Formats: sequence, structure tokens, C-alpha cells
Amino acid sequence: MKIVAQLKPGYHCNSDKPSEDYLIPLKLTWTPAPLEVAEVVYPKPQMEKYAFSEKPLSVYTGDFDIITKFKVPASAPPGPAVLTGKLRYQACTDRMCLPPKTVDVSLPITVVK
Amino acid sequence: MRLICASALIAVASIAAFTSCGGTSVRAEVTAEKDRKLAPDFTLQDATGKNVKLSDFRGKVVLLNFWATWCGPCKIEIPWFIDFQQQFKDRDFVILGVSMDDDGWKSVKPYLEQKKINYRVMIGTEELSTLYGGVDALPTTFLIDRAGRVASRHDGLVSKSEYESEIQHLLDNKTTDDKNSKRSGLLRNSLAFIRAD
Repeated sequence: MKIVAQLKPGYHCNSDKPSEDYLIPLKLTWTPAPLEVAEVVYPKPQMEKYAFSEKPLSVYTGDFDIITKFKVPASAPPGPAVLTGKLRYQACTDRMCLPPKTVDVSLPITVVK
Repeated sequence: MRLICASALIAVASIAAFTSCGGTSVRAEVTAEKDRKLAPDFTLQDATGKNVKLSDFRGKVVLLNFWATWCGPCKIEIPWFIDFQQQFKDRDFVILGVSMDDDGWKSVKPYLEQKKINYRVMIGTEELSTLYGGVDALPTTFLIDRAGRVASRHDGLVSKSEYESEIQHLLDNKTTDDKNSKRSGLLRNSLAFIRAD
């Protein structure tokens, strides 16, 4: 499953592994049922230098994809279901930052035998 | 064996929903005295647990800075504010920091100690943000005149010299109105001179 994220020009958000401790990482989490998360694959971050940082920061800019690989547990009931998750991020320009935000993500699925 | 059939393979997360922010900062002039509005009053506790009430600082120029420990640009300004606190310590000037960190003192107290912040800092609330017209971007800084009115607002990082100039301006009580009246006076004098010539 792929989430396509789009950042406005001039904005960046911290990657899933920010280069400074004080920065808030991008994080996608899923409610466990009815599927199990096998892996969340974040894109390769860019190292960008901003006026407010002494060192380049690990960030995402523009459009990028976050991929989740799911496993179907044997106990998953057949039929329609909705996967729900939360994407937390915190974005800045080179002059200001927006508060961290969490957006709901949902995906209708059908589990079949 | 079970298979999954996803009815939609792609979900679009619109991280780009940043329309409420003001974009990059523009230079904010000190507002003319007649157009200044009273800064909303508030009472919050500082790191030592003492109440800080904005209206108690009437008669002083107040720099009110909204910031957060996760905000890179905010961290550029904080050393400037530490300097200002020292530079203007004998003037009627006070700096109040309002942190918007979700986890409050847990993140803020260690930072205050680490950076040796020499002015009072409180933890902000959504209500306070709303009172101040919505503090969507950090840093956001207000300069409040001696009468408790908002003289300028800066959304985002501005230069140290700009703050310094505005603080000095307000401490010297040189209002835009004063400037305008001086300019008018000069113009009148020039015209009188031309006529006399």
C-alpha cells in the first residue's frame, strides 16, 4: 500500500530518522487488525542545509511515497474491512515551523479466501 | 491460504494542507499608535511555578515569543533574546517566552537549563494561541508597547537587528505618529523656506 505525500514548495518535513534529536520524525502507524504490518518503507531522505541549522538535516521535500507491506494473518476474517492508520509529521520552511500534525489514513480492503 | 484484495491501492495524504500559514515572514513595521490593539491578557505559570500575568507588565515594553523546542528557526532567535534581556536589563523591557511543546515542561525545562535562558518562559495553550489570532507558525513574536498594546507581530524568523530596532523604538517611545508629525513639521518648514525665498 502506498501513501503519496505532497509538500508545498518551500516546505520540508523531517524524515523518519531526523539527524537532530530535537526534531519530530515522520511516522506512519497502523491499527493492527485485521492485517499485520510487515514493514513500513520510508523513502530515502535528502540532506538539506537550512539557515537555522548548522548541519544539513535529514528531510523530505516535494512529493514522496511511503509504502506499507502487510501480512494477512490466518485469523483475519474474510470480507470487507478498513485499514486505519495515522501519519504524524512536522513541517517547516527555512524561516518557520508548523506544529506537528497527525492525519488519519484509511483504506478499504476485502479479505478473501 | 488467504489473499487480500485491496479496493484502493493508493491513498493520498495531503500533507500539503498548509494553507493556513502565512508563508515566509515579511518585515513588520511597528504599528501606528492609533491602530494598536490591546494585547489579550493571560496568566500562566513559569518554570518555577510562579504566575505570570501579562497586564502586570504595563509600563514596560514586552517581547512575547511563541516557540517550541522542535522548531529550528526558534532556536536561532533564543540567543538573541538572551542578549536582549541582558542588553536592556536596566530599561523597562521584559521578554516572555511561551512554549507550544505538546509535552510541556518535560521538553522545555531541560532546554531552559541547557541554554541558560535568562527570561521567563511559560507553557502555552490552544486558547492562548486563539486569543492572539492563531499562532499557526513558530516562531511568532509580538512586541507590546508600554500601554499593553500590540505594536508589531512577526510570523517566522526575522533579523536580530529588526527586533533590536523595534525594541529601541518602543523604549524610546518614538511612535510612528510622532515620526509622521515630525515629517509633517519638516515639510511645513521646507515649504515656508521656499516661500520666503
